[in-house]
Amino acid sequence: MLDAIGVDSLAELFAQIPEPLRQGERLGLSPGMSEEEVYEQLRVLAERNADAEEQVCFIGAGMYDHYVPAIVDAITSRSEFLTPYTPYQPEISQGGLQVMFEFQTAMSELTALPVSNAALYEGPSSVASAGYLAIGATKRRRFVVSRGLHPHSRETLKTYAVGFDAEVVEVGIEGGLTNAAELAEAVDGETAAVFLQNPNFLGAVEDVEALGATAKEHGALLVVACDPMTLGVLKPPGECGADIALGEGQPLGNRLDFGGPSFGFFCATEEQIRRMPGRIAGETEDVDGRRGFVLALQTREQHIRREKATNNICTAQALNALAAMVHLAWLGRQGFRELGELLVQRTAYARERLTAVSGVELLHEAPVAREFALRLEAPVETVLDRCAERGIAAGYPLGRDYPEFEDGLLIAITERRTKAQIDELAEALEAATTASRGSFCTDDVQKEPRKEVAR
Amino acid sequence: MALTETPMQAERAQTVFEKSKPGRRAAALPEAGVPEKPLDELIPEKLLRSEPPRLPEIAEPEIVRHYNRLSRRNFDLDSGFYPLGSCTMKHNPRLNERVAALPGHARLHPAQDPRRAQGALELMWLLQESLSEICGLPHVSLQPSAGSHGELAGLLLTRAYHADRGEQRTKVLAPDTSHGTNPASVTMAGYEVVKVATNERGGVEMDDLRAKLAENDGEVACLMLTNPNTLGVFDENIAEIAALIHEAGGTLYYDGANLNAVMGHSRPGDMGFDIVHVNLHKSFSQPHGGGGPGAGPIAVSDRIEPFLPRPQVVRREDSNGHGPSYGLDFERPKSIGRLRGFQGNFGVFVRSYAYILSLGADGLAEASEIAVLNANYLKARLAQGRAGKHLPIAFDRHCMHEFVLSGRPMKRELGLATLDLAKRLLDFGFHPPTVYFPLLVDEALMVEPTETETKESLDAFADAVEQILAEAEANPDLAKNAPYTTPVRRLDEVRATRHPVVRQQL
Repeated sequence: MLDAIGVDSLAELFAQIPEPLRQGERLGLSPGMSEEEVYEQLRVLAERNADAEEQVCFIGAGMYDHYVPAIVDAITSRSEFLTPYTPYQPEISQGGLQVMFEFQTAMSELTALPVSNAALYEGPSSVASAGYLAIGATKRRRFVVSRGLHPHSRETLKTYAVGFDAEVVEVGIEGGLTNAAELAEAVDGETAAVFLQNPNFLGAVEDVEALGATAKEHGALLVVACDPMTLGVLKPPGECGADIALGEGQPLGNRLDFGGPSFGFFCATEEQIRRMPGRIAGETEDVDGRRGFVLALQTREQHIRREKATNNICTAQALNALAAMVHLAWLGRQGFRELGELLVQRTAYARERLTAVSGVELLHEAPVAREFALRLEAPVETVLDRCAERGIAAGYPLGRDYPEFEDGLLIAITERRTKAQIDELAEALEAATTASRGSFCTDDVQKEPRKEVAR
Repeated sequence: MALTETPMQAERAQTVFEKSKPGRRAAALPEAGVPEKPLDELIPEKLLRSEPPRLPEIAEPEIVRHYNRLSRRNFDLDSGFYPLGSCTMKHNPRLNERVAALPGHARLHPAQDPRRAQGALELMWLLQESLSEICGLPHVSLQPSAGSHGELAGLLLTRAYHADRGEQRTKVLAPDTSHGTNPASVTMAGYEVVKVATNERGGVEMDDLRAKLAENDGEVACLMLTNPNTLGVFDENIAEIAALIHEAGGTLYYDGANLNAVMGHSRPGDMGFDIVHVNLHKSFSQPHGGGGPGAGPIAVSDRIEPFLPRPQVVRREDSNGHGPSYGLDFERPKSIGRLRGFQGNFGVFVRSYAYILSLGADGLAEASEIAVLNANYLKARLAQGRAGKHLPIAFDRHCMHEFVLSGRPMKRELGLATLDLAKRLLDFGFHPPTVYFPLLVDEALMVEPTETETKESLDAFADAVEQILAEAEANPDLAKNAPYTTPVRRLDEVRATRHPVVRQQL
């Protein structure tokens, strides 16, 4: 090969790197390893995590321990879906493009909005992308945001807003729900968008339509972040006046994966189609009149429009969107609805069961779908540790993000959480509260929690 | 060419929604197992959905067949050569999929208490350390979700760095050869792009750079550069470029899309870059998934470190005889804040860390060597015969891991556009190179073979190009009407944009 190139050594090819910049020494990394050695190292690391296989997981806060059907793994692990690049050559990418088109249809159905893209990175950055769209649509630079919006979404929006030169105004929560009077006060003629979440971060089901009316009055866009798993049961954002509906897609067919990769979905009204971020597949025909799919409206995108693009996104989450589509097809129209109802019923039971425990009460009484917030008499972190010792990840401590809810615990229900597990959580909370009342000794709480046998 | 419709072509595309029949289903859900109440007693009726979304009604065997059928309508890296410039389509080791799927990784909740996620945090910390070493910069954030997300992060970091010094700068320089994400990120970060010209060797035109710096004195926040750049050549003036930018008070940003050329051979930090993003789905073997997922960690210098996104994975040294522990540091008062939810695309980190462990220090350096060897070999092959005549190299010098050809003579002499050549390559079972990029090369074809291809596949590709050009000399219409054998033939992309149909009507 060197002969064909016309050089004597590989070094000649690297000679274009000026000498002082050429690395003299080898990288300070370990030598290469065999496949079994690498497997073993990573297996040992994985063992040191308390995953949802060995702890009963009641943590939600945007990502949920749903059952991912085997069919999802079987399809997403096929080389033909796992290893292609972005479908820039549509003639040899019809499979992936059609998946995008189907995914868009499914998300459009879920949200009741006519236009969907083929997914963004994840939930919170999708919220920020909605902000960018809203600035383009309204030429205004002020965002009004409910504190019921996921704390990560609010923070991400603020990070991006520095670049957008936009202001972010927060509206408080009252009784678990966005404070309507405060919201009405905050929205004005300079507001580009109003951001709500439904169910909100505390699990409460908001009256999106009523809250959103304020946005309409002032010509601001209404952006609703939602949990896709609740959309079989809750009124979809498109029927509540939302201009944009988006959210974290992980509950649909995606693993927890310690936070990613998952995907963000992003749907909008027809009016916004040319301002949408990310890829969109569209239907067309080939020269012989066959039905086919291509990347549509590419003139919005960075590789064509460069600095005038509607967003900078390029590689996103195609494989994760496929997982969602397969999961949704597997659930089907009836199954999706039933799953939503199952979550509501078990959540209602859990809420009742857990508040029957002495020292545990509701943080708010608003209606909920699949997640709810409690107030604990005993210190939350101590309770979490005690539950962990019993093999239960009891929930998400609200004090991490809401100083006003230092005693708050957010509990999520999925179809994997059975009545027996909920009852066990109740017992664990009871025991933890009693222990905390009865004793000031720290006993073994501070120790590294031991792993429980998988249940 | 006689047009006989292939079986796949004869089969009209049908979506999963069109295969739906009322009453069919796959999932059998568990019973609620708790006392049930009417839904509207739990949630007010006005907040409930009246009709379920019209998802498909279809049984599991048909779902499997449907998506298997669709999979056969995709070309993929496991089926053939993918010389897509700037995309680094290298082999995706299956070991990485296996370790990413371990329950301790795949079923770990991102809000798990860090004390009970020590393995995951240690893995992230080890990956940070590895990337820091490879990039030659001391600090790493794994948070950005892809390259363009890393770019946005880098620009917001630059903004925070200047703001901290009481400066307000408005311009970002980028060469005319830059990736489209660069200028798009610049706009999203609230800056204005100033283009810098390319010299006759394919590098930054130094006089133009000096002129742009002088014209925008005190306004330049950053220069974004890819090195080797999108023409596949290493900019020999990089040290001087860095000095000029730093003198002007700007930061130097490295678009890591082309890092695969220099791993273990030259480090962006040593070149003078302040901020680097790394595409784990390019150089570090994360499968591309048909358009993601990826990850775009950033490595930065000391002066940028205080502004890194929150949270940051940290290692805390032993205090009580238990060995070091790992945590998430949120107490970063100067941080630009979060760029996304939770801690980043952890599943991608697992795969890329497995890749780095597998190859090790020497393996990574060798990967870059073979990538450069393969590119130069293919370039030499394509400099011969008809390709050499009709498809000259844009900048004739040794390349790094990729090179750019110009289809201009081919268009003039044979009437064949670069697009026609690309489409004809599909009939030969190859994914075409990146086409019409970079913009400054007329009818560009950007070829990146990667290190995981054999000499035989490179030869086969060169032979196919030769054959297509030979055909075209006799009958240019053959390529102009290609492809013939793909599941569909050339598609009307204009219509899809003018009259967008973006969902199945039900």
